[in-house]
Amino acid sequence: MQNELKVVSNATCTFCGCVCDDIELTVEGSHITKAKNACVLGKAWFLNHEAGEGPIARIRGKEATVEEAVEEAARILVDAKFPIIYGLSDTTCEAQRVTVAIADWIGASIDTTTSVCHGPSGMAFQGVGEITCSLGEVRNRADLVIFWGSNPAESHPRHWGRYSTMPKGLFVPNGRKDRTVVLVDVRRTKSAPAADIFLQIKPRKDFEVLWMLRALVKGLTINEADLVDTGVTLEQLQNLVEKMKACKFGVLFFGMGLSMTRGKHLNVEAALALARDLNAFTRFYANPMRGHGNVTGADNVVSWQTGYPFGVNLGRGYPRFNPGEFTTTDTLARKEADAAMIIASDPMGNFSQAAREHLGSIPYIALDTKETSTTRAAAVSFTTATYGINVPGTVYRMDDVPIPLRPAFESPYPSDEKILRALEKKVLHLLQAKLQVSN
Amino acid sequence: MAITIIKGGKVYDPVHGINGEVRDIWIKDGKIVAPQILEDELPEKVIDATGRIIMPGGVDMHCHIAGPKVNLARKMRPEDKRYAPHVSRTSLTRSGTIGSVPSTFATGYLYAGLGYTTAFDAAVPPLSARHAHEELQDTPIIDKGFFLLMGNNHYALEQIASKDSEKLKSFTAWLLESAKGYAIKLVNPGGVEVWKSGGANINEIDQDIGHFNCTPRQIIQGLSQTAMDIGLPHPVHIHCNNLGIPGNWRTTLATMDALEGRRAHLTHIQFHSYGGEPDDQGKFCSKVQELADFVNSHPEVTVDVGQVLFGETTSMTGDGPLGYYLHKVTGKKWTSADTEMEAGCGIVPMAYKEKSFVNALQWAIGLEWYLLVKDPWQIAMSTDHPNGGSFLAYPEIIQLLMDRTYRQEILKRVHPRVLERSCLKDLDREYTLNEIAIITRAGPARMLGLINKGHLGVGADADITIYNESSNILAMFELPYMVIKYGKVVVEKSEIRLQVPGNTLHVSPSFDPGLVGGIRKWFESYYTIQFENYPVTEEYLSGGGTMIPCSKK
Amino acid sequence: MNESKFSKEYLEETGVVQICPEDMIRLGLVAGDLVCIRAEQRSIEIPCVAAKEKELPSGLLFMAYGDWSSRLMGSDTHGTGMPNSKGTDVYLSKVCPIKKD
Repeated sequence: MQNELKVVSNATCTFCGCVCDDIELTVEGSHITKAKNACVLGKAWFLNHEAGEGPIARIRGKEATVEEAVEEAARILVDAKFPIIYGLSDTTCEAQRVTVAIADWIGASIDTTTSVCHGPSGMAFQGVGEITCSLGEVRNRADLVIFWGSNPAESHPRHWGRYSTMPKGLFVPNGRKDRTVVLVDVRRTKSAPAADIFLQIKPRKDFEVLWMLRALVKGLTINEADLVDTGVTLEQLQNLVEKMKACKFGVLFFGMGLSMTRGKHLNVEAALALARDLNAFTRFYANPMRGHGNVTGADNVVSWQTGYPFGVNLGRGYPRFNPGEFTTTDTLARKEADAAMIIASDPMGNFSQAAREHLGSIPYIALDTKETSTTRAAAVSFTTATYGINVPGTVYRMDDVPIPLRPAFESPYPSDEKILRALEKKVLHLLQAKLQVSN
Repeated sequence: MAITIIKGGKVYDPVHGINGEVRDIWIKDGKIVAPQILEDELPEKVIDATGRIIMPGGVDMHCHIAGPKVNLARKMRPEDKRYAPHVSRTSLTRSGTIGSVPSTFATGYLYAGLGYTTAFDAAVPPLSARHAHEELQDTPIIDKGFFLLMGNNHYALEQIASKDSEKLKSFTAWLLESAKGYAIKLVNPGGVEVWKSGGANINEIDQDIGHFNCTPRQIIQGLSQTAMDIGLPHPVHIHCNNLGIPGNWRTTLATMDALEGRRAHLTHIQFHSYGGEPDDQGKFCSKVQELADFVNSHPEVTVDVGQVLFGETTSMTGDGPLGYYLHKVTGKKWTSADTEMEAGCGIVPMAYKEKSFVNALQWAIGLEWYLLVKDPWQIAMSTDHPNGGSFLAYPEIIQLLMDRTYRQEILKRVHPRVLERSCLKDLDREYTLNEIAIITRAGPARMLGLINKGHLGVGADADITIYNESSNILAMFELPYMVIKYGKVVVEKSEIRLQVPGNTLHVSPSFDPGLVGGIRKWFESYYTIQFENYPVTEEYLSGGGTMIPCSKK
Repeated sequence: MNESKFSKEYLEETGVVQICPEDMIRLGLVAGDLVCIRAEQRSIEIPCVAAKEKELPSGLLFMAYGDWSSRLMGSDTHGTGMPNSKGTDVYLSKVCPIKKD
């Protein structure tokens, strides 16, 4: 049985927000030996997959049974005054739904990795709305494709081939030949050679350039002097505006080059407003380039269960939303949280120093498929199976299209969902007991 | 088996002609049963309904409660919820936000709390069906389902253009089965595709849809016929072209005419009953009488109203160009989201004001509809939630319909020109409780083809609402005494007592499997997900799902 | 990456700063030299490499998002939940060469 060969067709790669679902996996026992159609990142995701090592559950570094660890985790969460739950972008919607339930029962803050990538894009969306579309609309119609602050050649390698620039589509029968591709970035990245036009702008000038473009679209006069220090010329912008107004279907894909740099949500608001304004002339869209495999699902689940996309606090018994107040970096760096649960994320490896220090000083629970800085310092840690490779379920592509997972083989480790369901049950049990004592 | 008896209530069961008679209702295994002879066993529960009114659970046949556009609206509008009442967590129930677009758990609780036990989302792109189902699984207590957007679906348009009714039937059946949907929905047929192909729109039903070489008339005819041919429980559900545009009543009448006797449901008809000229607000007036005359002489046509209520809400629609129009009119933020090969979407915050002539006339036009359609079985209550207002406004509408004095009082407050542009001031009809029971449950259930809902006969699902009889109509309908779902008490004295999942209602019409190969070929040429990953499987159905059979023909 | 965050590849990818070739020459740096990067009160020491020709303009540094870049990040999110992690003003200086291997 060990080396039984099987082929899994239409498998879904959850490595990045492209969520390609056309992967053909060849599986030998508990190894994937081929991942047809996958890009270099996807191949690494599938072929280098190793189930985690060591015990399923640990309490303060020592091996424990799942029951003991769930009990301890529930106790930490229920005893906390200001618990926070964070992560979720690399697990299934099924697991995310249970997580928000736990947050609700214990009155926690629930926040996802969205808050540190496209959270500002979410805020911009709340400011101006968003003219967006599924990636197939781009495939079938787009004749002008702009990437801004995004480096798909390295971050989303199949985006061009599968969705945005190369494929032949209904109204662009010649594929790449029917499209103009523009790249705007502060670096001449590996994506630049594949673009027809590359605009290298100065760092932190995204807002200014986008606002000038809006002005030009509206027919206002801009002087060369207004563009000092932006890295671009008036002629370049006028040329781009002409192309934007003349295209049949334009789309602006924006990356974290906009959302993580100074101005953040204002940069993205400028991009969203530019795309919106262009609808006075043609159809024009703006779509975020989302990173993690199911970060879009996390936004959706948290939104449908609470009404808000991220940075939600349930401490008063109902959802409240305030980025900056209830987002994880903030609640940690201000030393407010007194317990945490981290799911499929590594804040000990990528948060600010102040946030890391506080997280290290409070009891927290971590679920991950492998050892990270975060699981190492956790009070209770669980090693779980990998979604898409071992675990079925639902994920959302960067354009909100929901896609099912077809796992390759079973893991010796349980899924996040399974652990979280056991935890929810235990939490409810402890809360009931508490209620009875107080009555 | 455990038996529950509801004793002594005044029963309103219009399907069986029971109009306020005192009767006992017997329930067993979630169904209504004939009175039993109890020998040794005692009934598990006896509910004393003396002095109370009993109706079947409410059925909302057209609302927007789940899926991508609903969730985009939640994400876009934190300001809609920040100062609004909320739903607090209890030891039994989840918390949530309300505003104009409640979160999922809140949606389930609020409907149940209002005595509604079934609701249908009216517009889901098939590509997002899985998303809608996930939300419906998190929308507890009520039974639910959704209509599939098809009026701008490329494959359907191609078959309509080439007049291939067999392929159209098979495709429709395959699509409903794949998405686990319930009915065919047309939204601005052809117009959304025109909007997606360059930003224009359709403004009359014989206009050509550019590259597809067919017209809205052909879409309306083709898909209304298809719904009948494959025996769907609900006929084609139509959101006409030109929604909201002054003068659009001609398009609406043309749409009704185009049906040529086929069954159809025209939705949020209020938004489609405007006289005047597109560019001249001065001539804006009601054309309900002309359209109601048609409905009154065509029993195969039904409508729901899409009543406008004064206050703030969110407009959300599969009608992409309408979203843009509302954005231009209101100047407010705007979300548009187009789905490949299938559909569009528009979301804009809205405020309906008493002192606005246009808004006040829209309010009056909705009420005219309720009062001018003679047979209440042909008209269903709706606000097109949240477009005209929240479903939470249903008790308010009931009061407006049952109490003409109240209605006239409001009419005096609104923009004065409404008095001359609408006949509302002259309509003194008052709805009876029996008629209210028809337009809020018996009628919509019949229009939807739900033979086990909307009535209290033997074999019906035991979905029952018990109201405190009161002269205060608003209070009576806002706070039912008790709500029963599949025989279990889920709401008592305005509190959720039991959280059942509620079932997803869907259809599974048969189709010619030999034609799926052609669909697959088309699909693989244009979509960005795999054909095998498109169908939604059973595990996504809330409560395990309930398949509603199609009729054989 | 699906591999461990403690893998050699991941640590190498996120544990260097890229500098444009002209700046490398101007500052007398060669690949592998340790540099000190300061942002407000925070600082890190990290090896440098030359960026690919033309990829970076003079005066702009690039680090892949990860442990080291995050150590330079402040914790003020300006009410967004996300500290600025790109386009940060930093001071760079060469660390006196201590050959490690």
